[in-house]
Order: sequence, then structure tokens, then C-alpha cells
Amino acid sequence: MGELAAFIILSAITLVSAAVVVTSGNIVRSGLSLVPTLLGVAGLYVLLQAEFVAGIQVLIYVGAITVLILFVIMLTQGGTGVRVRQTTGQLPAGMLTSAVLAALLIAVFRGTVWPSLAGTLPQYTAGPIGATFLTSAILVFLVASFVLLVALMGAIIIARRER
Amino acid sequence: MRELAWLIPLFPFAAFGLIVAFGRRLPGQGAYVAVGSLAIAAVLSLGIFAEMLTGAGPLDHNVRWMVLGSLPLDLGVQVDPLTTVMLLVVTVVGSMIFIYSIGYMHGDPRYPRFFAYLSLFAGSMLLLVLANNLLFLYVGWELVGLCSYLLIGFWFERPAAARASMKAFVTTRVGDFFMFLGLLLVFFHLGTFRFEEIFTKVSGGALSGTVGGLPLVSLAAVLLFGGAVGKSAQFPLHTWLPDAMEGPTPVSALIHAATMVAAGVYMVARTYTLFLASPGWAALEVVAYIGGITALMAATMGVVQDDIKRVLAYSTISQLGLMMMGLGAGGYTAGMFHLMTHAFFKALLFLGAGSVIHAMHTNDIKAMGGLARSMPATYWSFLVGALALSGVFPFAGFWSKDEILAEALHRSPVLFALGALTSFLTAFYMFRVVFYTFAGTPCGHHPHESPPVMTRPLWVLAAFSAVVGLVGAPLPGGSPFHHFLHLEGVEAVPFDAGLALISLGIAGAGILAAAAVYHWRVVPSQSLRRAAGPLYGLVVHKYYVDELYAVLFVRPTVAAARYLRTFDVYVVDMLVNLFGYLGVGLARLYRVFDLYVVDGIVNLLGWVVKAMGSTFRYVQTGRAQNYLLAIALGVIVLWVAGLVR
Amino acid sequence: MQVGLLHYLVVSALLFCLGLYGVLTRRNTVAILMGIELMLNAANINLVAFNKYVAPGALSGQIFALVVITLAAAEAGVGLALVMAAYRNLETVHVDEINIMKW
Repeated sequence: MGELAAFIILSAITLVSAAVVVTSGNIVRSGLSLVPTLLGVAGLYVLLQAEFVAGIQVLIYVGAITVLILFVIMLTQGGTGVRVRQTTGQLPAGMLTSAVLAALLIAVFRGTVWPSLAGTLPQYTAGPIGATFLTSAILVFLVASFVLLVALMGAIIIARRER
Repeated sequence: MRELAWLIPLFPFAAFGLIVAFGRRLPGQGAYVAVGSLAIAAVLSLGIFAEMLTGAGPLDHNVRWMVLGSLPLDLGVQVDPLTTVMLLVVTVVGSMIFIYSIGYMHGDPRYPRFFAYLSLFAGSMLLLVLANNLLFLYVGWELVGLCSYLLIGFWFERPAAARASMKAFVTTRVGDFFMFLGLLLVFFHLGTFRFEEIFTKVSGGALSGTVGGLPLVSLAAVLLFGGAVGKSAQFPLHTWLPDAMEGPTPVSALIHAATMVAAGVYMVARTYTLFLASPGWAALEVVAYIGGITALMAATMGVVQDDIKRVLAYSTISQLGLMMMGLGAGGYTAGMFHLMTHAFFKALLFLGAGSVIHAMHTNDIKAMGGLARSMPATYWSFLVGALALSGVFPFAGFWSKDEILAEALHRSPVLFALGALTSFLTAFYMFRVVFYTFAGTPCGHHPHESPPVMTRPLWVLAAFSAVVGLVGAPLPGGSPFHHFLHLEGVEAVPFDAGLALISLGIAGAGILAAAAVYHWRVVPSQSLRRAAGPLYGLVVHKYYVDELYAVLFVRPTVAAARYLRTFDVYVVDMLVNLFGYLGVGLARLYRVFDLYVVDGIVNLLGWVVKAMGSTFRYVQTGRAQNYLLAIALGVIVLWVAGLVR
Repeated sequence: MQVGLLHYLVVSALLFCLGLYGVLTRRNTVAILMGIELMLNAANINLVAFNKYVAPGALSGQIFALVVITLAAAEAGVGLALVMAAYRNLETVHVDEINIMKW
């Protein structure tokens, strides 16, 4: 029962604040609403016994990306406090499309019988994840690191003021 | 020299080409070229004549032109005494006329063209004379007809001249039609056009069959004579010649003396063997009587004319009738002799009349008078011509006319009577002209003698007219002309001094009568006119031949033409127009089709492409969000489609 | 009632569609990036949920989720750098105004 309650509360936090993120006319509010959304998702990770992922989620998303987004908002006209129109002309179409897609997804999820393989998750996942990254998933780890490096350098070059 | 005969017609033809091509840039605006070419031809002719005199035989140059099936067509020239005489007449008289024309036509706007036509005329006539076959003769014949048309209508601004040229052409065509029939008859029965072969075959009994009861040979001869009737203005096709006076006077002289009308007589003489072969001389009979009737009719008409050139024109018809009569009566030599002498004195008379007209600017003899003093050269030469024509000893006409009368008497008294009457009338009307024009009181006008370029030819021709008859005089040893030109099998009637005296008496009577009426005025012409009464009316209206033709042929033809024109205008033109309108209508329809269907399809395609382009242009917004929306929609569609399936 | 796989999938689907809605409808480039982050999170929820309920014997799902987070960080970095560059040059962050290469 406690797990269901936690799931409902976390889901509600996530979805409601996500709705605020995508609908708010104030971009700063959108950015700030991202924080509870991501935290809710982190909570869902915990419920799913992925506390390492949840921790990383908090660190990177809530700690880094959100702050980065807020910084950009401040550096662009979003920080002027002027309220401007935030939606494009395809609002109704987007809304309808999203709704239909959601309905379709849910319908398909409901109609699908998922297999269930044997095995249990370890008590603490951080260790095994680290071990896996350095053994069987080493390639993924290296590629991701490389991509991250390239992206950092690219971001610096792109964002650098032209001389 | 005889071998060069084929060159003779080429000189005038070359002159024609040169003048047509270069015109006024030639010496004397082309006149000298024309005169020079004909003079060369005259020299050549004289050379040939000299050769023939010294006893050279006839010559026949023949070149095979082509073969129709088995029938050969030939090109060729022939030189024999007959040809030689004609060559001389044409070139010598023609040269005089050419020279005279230099003065007469001076200042005419189409001066070079006149000489071009004259050259073509002379060349055609020479071709006709030299031809050794009927076909070639016919070519020259038609060319002569064409030239007469061009020259009679030379002053085509005058409606009368245009009408006259047309009349001459059409009337002679009627004769030519018969001649062509005769030509074909001969060709298809004998298979040749060459005179020599025709004569050999006819003498050998060819053409002895009959068609419709008529002997073929007579038929052929009479048909050929039909051409001569047209060309030589014999009754009943004589009406064109007086009207032909609308042409310039040198042209009249040329037509009447040397070329056009002589062609008919020459043709009869040339094909004389054919006429002789006609059983009982039937064809010759026709020739003789046609000639006699023509001679008398024309002479009577000549008496009542007031136009000096018309008098001469009727005189020509009358003299041609005499020639025909002479030929028809069996006087081969006599007819040709008269042709020759007539050529000289008739050319002289015409040129003299031209000189008078040149000075007086009128043709009406009643408006003239006393010209003997102001134009002595013209007067004396004209007088010589008149005496020659009247047949006064020793002028040319006396000898030749006498011969014809002798032949006529020998053949039939009726012919002699016709001839004698004609002679009387000839003398009468000629001296009527002389008295009216040169004698009497001068009119107020002060005419001047013509320039030497015109009078000198008159003197030359006068000299010829005076003496040329002597070649036919019955000298000891026979007449030289007869000796030179005669036909085997045709015996000429010997000279008869008594007949000659009668003939001279007739001429003298005519002259005296004319003097009595017009000079001494013993009998006023008005009373004569009254006395003649209806006869005078008949003659003055030219026996109503023109009117008869108008009723018989011209009006029906014109009416038929009118009807046909109506038919043309309302039916043929309508049909043509209808087709035109149909075509235009179809084109219009097709245009509409083109405009709205073909163009429509093309435009529609273009428009569709453009519309699609401008429609789908908005798809390519450049906004990633739109693309993303499309992707999402696509996913939905595909997914739904997958689920439904 | 036990919380099952389906629940997480439904939440993830809704979150994904919210993110999609954001991407489709927002003018602001930064807001679009936020929508993309939401969609990535929805995918991550799926990965982690499948790890737990379908293949608990391995940690592939969580590892993938971590890789996705890493790539999301890279994407956010590059994307926001692009926004900065665009803003510096064009004085706007609205996608419908960034159209200098359009016909």
C-alpha cells in the first residue's frame, strides 16, 4: 500500500509539474517547474530500486541541466521578465497529436503481454553498475564519455563569442 | 553564200534580244542595231540572189529535230528562187522601212521597244520564208501574227489601237485554225512536214483519197488556204486589215508590203504543188474566186474612204486579192511577181502617207491639199507609187498587173472582168488620194518636208517601184523574172501586147475619171454619191461585214462571255469563296479548339504544377516543429494503419 | 494493489506526450529543450521499469538510462550553446523568428 501511495504521489508531482513546464507562459516558471518534475522522476527510480540512477538524476538533471537552462534563460531575453507569446500556431494540432499519441501508447501498453525473465535485482545497484560499466559495457561507457567530451568542446566553441 | 542562209533570220532575232536586254544604251537607242542587223541580212540575201542568178541550184539544209513515234520532225532551211525573191523583198523593203522609222518614231517614249518588235517581226518573216517544212513555216507564221499584234497595238493607250490589235490577232487566228487543220491533215496522211517530201508524195498520188466526197488533197489545200485568207486579209477575213491602220505608219508599211500579208501569198506559192494536185484545179478555183471577189470588194471600199491610210489598206487588200487571183488562175510567176512589185510600191505609198501624216497630223485627205509645193520629195515619190499601183507603163505595177490579167483572161472571163474592174477602181481611188492631198489649194497650215532620214528611203523605194517591173518585162528571150522563178508544169501565159494596151487603157481611164471628179470637178463627187444611192451606203459601210460579224460572232461571244462571267461570279467564285469561308471557319474553330482545349490542357498542366508547388511550398516551412508534428502525425497514421490491418 | 509495469509505462507515456506537446507548441528554444528533457526522462523511466519488471537479472536498463542521462547532458550543453550563439547573432530565441535561411 505504501508503495502505491508513493507511486501515485510521485507520479502526480512529476506529471503536474511537467504540465506546468510545457504550458506556463513564464519561461522562468517553466524552468523552475522542471526541478520537481525531475525530482519526481528520481523518486520513481528509487521506487524501481535504481537508487544509483536516481542519484545521478538528481545530480545531473536537477543539479546541472536545470541550472544551465536557468542560466541560459537569464542570459537571453527570457531574463528580461517581459512576457511574450510562448506558443506557436500549431498549438491545437500539437495538443491533439500528443493526446492521440498518448492514448495510442497507453492502449498498446495495455494490450501487450510483457514477458518476465528470471533473476533479481541486487540490493545495491551502484557497485554492480560500476562493475558492468568497466566490464561488459565498457564500450558504451567509453563511447558515452567520448561523446560527452566532444559535446563539451563543441558547446564551448559554439557558445564562445566570436572575435 | 547559200550555206549561210540560216544566219539571215538570226540577225534580226539577235537584234531583238539585244534591244530588249539593253534598250536605250545601244547606239541610236537600238535603232542602229535593228537597221544594221537587217542590212546584214539584206546583204546576205543579195549575195544569195547573185549566186542563184549565176545558176546555183536550190539548197536544202535539214537537221532532224526529233522523232514522234515513226514520224520525224525536222528543222531546216531551204533556198530556192521563191525563197530568194521573198528574202530580197523582206530585207530590202524592210531595211527601208527601218531607216524611215528612225525619223518617224523619233521622240516616242517606247522608241527602243518599237525597234525590238520590228526586228522580231522581220526575223519571224525571214524564218517563215526560209523554212523547209510546214511546221517551221507555221512557227514563223504565228510569230508574225504575234508581232503584228504587238505592233498594231503599239500605241495601246488608244483604245482603238488596242481593239484593232486584238481584232487582227483574233481574226487571223480563225484562219490559222484552218491552216493548222490542213497542216495536221498533211502530216498524218503523209507523215512529213517537209515540202520536198510532201510534193514528191502528192505527185506520186498520195492524198488521192476522198473524205465526205471531197478529194483529200483539195481539202488540205483549201484548209491551208484558209490560213492565207486570214493572214493576207482575203474575204471574208479581211476586216482586220483596215483597222490595223491604228498602228504606227511604218508598221502598216511593213505589214502591208513586206511581211505579214505577204506571208499568205507566199504560203500559197510555196505549197502550190498541193493546189495543182487538186483534181480539176478545184482548190485553185477557190483561191482565184476568193481573190477576185476580195480584190473588187476592197477596191470599191477604197474609193469611199477619207482616211489616207485606210485607202491604202483597202488597196492592199485589193492587190492581195489580185495576187491570189493570179495564183489561182495558174499564174504562179505572175502572183509572185506582183507580190514583189507590190511590196516596193506599197511600202513607198505607206511611207509617203506616213510622211504626209507626220507633217499634217491628220489622216483625213479632205483636210489636206496643195502639199505638192511644200513637200516635193514626198509628192514625187508618192506619185511614182501611185502610178505604179495604178499600173501605168513603165512602172512596176503595170508589168505585174498585166501578167495577172493575162492569166485571168486565159482562165476565165469572169476573173478577167473582176481584175479589170479592180484595176480601174485602183487607179481611180489612188488618184483621188493624190488630187485631194497634193493638188488643190493649200490649207492654212504650213507643213514642212520630212527629214532626210525619212525621204531617202522614199527615193530608194521610188526608184525600185519605177524600175523593178522591168525584170518581168517581155524582153527578147523571155522575161528574166519568169526565167528565174517558175514552177515546172505551170505554163505562163505569154505576153500579149493588145491586152497590155487594154490594161493601160483601164488604168488611164481610172486616172482620168479621178481627175474629172476630184481635180477638174466636172462631175461633183456629191452628185456621184447621190447617183450611187444605196450602193454607196453599202460600200461606205464596208458591205456590213463588220456588222455581220458583230451579229454573228462578236455579240454571241460577248453575251456568252457575260453569261459565263455571271456563272463565274456567282457559281464558281461562290464555290471558291465557300471553300475559302469553310477553310477560314474551320481554322477559326480549330483556333478556338487550340485556344481553349490544347492551350487549356497545357495551361492546366502548368497551373496544376504551379499550384501544387505553391501549395506544397508551405509544407517546406523551414521550421523543425512543423516537421516534427508531421512526423508525429505520420507515426500515428502508420500505427493506426498497422493496428487496423 | 501492487504497482506494476503498466503503471510506470502509463506514467512514462503521459510524460513523453507532455514533452512532445512542449516541443511541438513552444516558441522559445529553451522551452523546446525542456520538452526534449521530459521526453528523455520518460524514456528513462521505461528503461528502468523494464529493467525491474522484465529483466531483473541484468542491469542493462539502468546502464542505458545512465548513458541516456549522459547524452542528455551533452545535448543540453550543445543545445544551449546553440541558443546562446543564435541569440547573440539574431537577438531572439524564438524559433519562428529564426528564419534567415528560409525562402
